[in-house]
Amino acid sequence: MSEDIHPKMYRYKRIVDAKLYIDENFHEKIDLGIMSAQANFSKFHFARLFKKSFGKTPHQYLIDVRLAAAKKSLKQYKLVQKVCFDVGFESVPSFISLFKKKEKMTPNQYLKMLRQNEIDKANTPFSFIPGCFSQNFQKHN
Amino acid sequence: MITRLTHASVYVLDQESAHDFYVNKLGFTEKMKVPISDDAFWLTVSPKDQQDFELTLMPINKGGMFNSEVAKNLSDLVRKGTFGIGVFECMDVYATYQELKGKGVEFTKEPKEQFYGIEAMFKDDSGNWFSLTQYNEEHKI
Repeated sequence: MSEDIHPKMYRYKRIVDAKLYIDENFHEKIDLGIMSAQANFSKFHFARLFKKSFGKTPHQYLIDVRLAAAKKSLKQYKLVQKVCFDVGFESVPSFISLFKKKEKMTPNQYLKMLRQNEIDKANTPFSFIPGCFSQNFQKHN
Repeated sequence: MITRLTHASVYVLDQESAHDFYVNKLGFTEKMKVPISDDAFWLTVSPKDQQDFELTLMPINKGGMFNSEVAKNLSDLVRKGTFGIGVFECMDVYATYQELKGKGVEFTKEPKEQFYGIEAMFKDDSGNWFSLTQYNEEHKI
């Protein structure tokens, strides 16, 4: 690696490590203030560098990771309340509100949609596939 | 008037492995997984911040789309790294490079200044090439 890249890599490593920590521990209680101190940055500087690298503040990122994990769990048809606490949210109403804001539907509506999708996928799988692709699959099946 | 590209495909040697690579290493979201035969899926993924575009992970040997000769030739070409598939944009190429490399993604080129920004290159688990680019202000798309 060239010398001009290396210092950047070192600086970014701490930010990347923080992101990976969130990725792996989102279901735990995460104190972003402590996290920034561990990365050796002030809270403000940490948030600014994190946003520059990943497009959102550590707090926004944590919420998004939890919501993505919630969607994944809902796909296994787990109860909304269980999913909420499993992914690290501390209040069901706040989880529902954040979920609705991002997905434009409540977790229960999302579950209902998933169930309907499963039925449709089983009955008419090729209706989910754009024609330019499905004609090849259907031709050979 | 054509307004957007919504689906494009990449041929992969093993759908399960490709799913793991794109979802767990690149951090993409699984969008569709519909069985199309006993051993193949209509499987699409999207970059986290581009949910209106789906990359289809197309099976070669499964699903019956190709006869055995074509499937073998195509598999060989993919495995040899014949195809450059596309460019993934990121906000911060150094951070993304650091993160993906840490997850075991094979980079064929480290981040390097180009007239349009900073570009690195990597291969997916099948051998398909992608650019990873942080565009500069002048060349932002």
